[in-house]
Amino acid sequence: MNIVVCIKQVPDTAAEKKLNADLRLERTGIENIPNPFDEYAIEEALKVKEAKGGTVTALCMAPETGKEALRKAIAMGVEKAVLVTDPKLTGSDAWATSYVLSQAIKKLEFDLVLFGMQSTDATTGLVASGVAEFLGLPQHTYTGKLDVGDGQVTSQRQTEGGYDVVNSSTPAVVAVVKGINEPRYPSLKGIMQAKRTEITVWSLSDIGVDPSEVGTAGAKEKVVSFSPREPRKGGQVVQDEGDAATKIAEFLTFKKVL
Amino acid sequence: MSEIWAFIEQDKGEPKKISLEMATLAKRLADQSGATAAAVIMGPGAKAAAEKLGGYGIAKAYAKDDSKYGDYVITPQAHLLANLIREKKPSLVLVGSTTTGRDIASRAAAKLKLGILANVVDVGMDGGKVRVVAPAFGGNIEVTSQLVNQETEIVTVRPNAVMPAKTTAQIQVEEIAGDVGAESLLAKITERMSQETGAVPLEEAQFIIAGGRGLGGEDAFKMLFDLASALGGAVGASRAAVDAGWISYPHQVGQTGKTVKPVVYIACGISGAIQHKVGMQTSDVIVAINKNADAPIFQFADFGVVGDLFQVVPKLTDEVKKIRK
Repeated sequence: MNIVVCIKQVPDTAAEKKLNADLRLERTGIENIPNPFDEYAIEEALKVKEAKGGTVTALCMAPETGKEALRKAIAMGVEKAVLVTDPKLTGSDAWATSYVLSQAIKKLEFDLVLFGMQSTDATTGLVASGVAEFLGLPQHTYTGKLDVGDGQVTSQRQTEGGYDVVNSSTPAVVAVVKGINEPRYPSLKGIMQAKRTEITVWSLSDIGVDPSEVGTAGAKEKVVSFSPREPRKGGQVVQDEGDAATKIAEFLTFKKVL
Repeated sequence: MSEIWAFIEQDKGEPKKISLEMATLAKRLADQSGATAAAVIMGPGAKAAAEKLGGYGIAKAYAKDDSKYGDYVITPQAHLLANLIREKKPSLVLVGSTTTGRDIASRAAAKLKLGILANVVDVGMDGGKVRVVAPAFGGNIEVTSQLVNQETEIVTVRPNAVMPAKTTAQIQVEEIAGDVGAESLLAKITERMSQETGAVPLEEAQFIIAGGRGLGGEDAFKMLFDLASALGGAVGASRAAVDAGWISYPHQVGQTGKTVKPVVYIACGISGAIQHKVGMQTSDVIVAINKNADAPIFQFADFGVVGDLFQVVPKLTDEVKKIRK
């Protein structure tokens, strides 16, 4: 059961973010972290591998700094890592990301492609479905539980009121929700391994992608303008003297929301 | 005559609330631009759901009342939608940003090689082109975007961005002639497990009562469910409460949980750290109850109470019930 786990590097939430003159995220001076949702996908891949055998490969589309996120995946136990990087990828939207990842995945051996649920920067949650379509595969998204059998996979897809049980053959794309498992901490052995493992690096020509279709050049959406939101200011704060509930109700009535 | 479509999710003939929001938005934009508002509905119950949309100003519906669009996950709906877009060339397709909506929109857009404007909170027409506003970076900035050179624009819209507006229209329901082949029937739903709580989905709730570390345990959440019930809202939670096992992950609000935009967000025993803030800071009104006067949440809540939530919350539930009588 060979698995490809797609991971993303995102700006740290606490860092102050702004758009630059080109109306894109100003990334310099901001710390990059692995997308917090991805560690659940990495852990799930490792669990499946431990049960069924096979190889886990982490795949990341990023600038050179993406290697940091890949090394963290290796430190958790992932055996192989691939970075797809190219200056022409700057400014890629969800569509281009799905397309580029699919082209890279086609060069790898896989039974399952795993994703975290979404990224904390763009938060579109669109890429796993886009990849599933480009690869022509079944999709198991919002997966809270995954069971892998022979040539088939069953998942629990979270819904508003509970979950649906979904079954398909493999290969398949799976996007897992937070809480599907408890991600392991990297071991010291893993961290040493991460320093030694060679990361395969592919450019757009290696995966057969036309640069005009990706990056800012190929972007199908464009930012027209942006404005900082007025930061919320704190309002009145009262001490409870047995009357706080009444005061809250009065406030909500005054705001015409109750 | 160009068409603006609302993609409708429905269950057994009942359109979902977010789909009524999409229908209202489609009607509004159609009136602004001289287009026709239409609905696209699939799955068992599609025709019954279509009839109900006349009450939201929709004059036309494309329906496929076929069980395979309910039995198989995402792909058949996405492919049928893509085929229909290719055939009818609507100028705009509005899809509610739910788990199902996002998946279908993304898969259909990939099939058609179209871009998507995702998770927006406002949609307007600007000289015939769609212009959207979406929050970015946890709501700290608002970004206005457009699609580049697309015949059909696809937009996913957050819950609670639009209030459903009732207005009558004679709806004409057209059966979708095409169908998808076996190659689209990729993943089958074999069982549906639902906890029929009757509770409002968190992302669609107008009132959210959220609990954090200050609740101290699972039992304390019952208090919040009572208040939510009195308000007709939903219960949320901070990561601390979910990680502690006091409430399940679907209730989590924040960076690694859901982003919500209710009318009222009442945060109980929640400190207000940034990872939680980014999930709820665009709520209309924020109320905070915390025993620690230094909690960061008081710096951005509209009304704060320094006190014991175990005292305040039950009394608030009583107050609400009195007012609501």
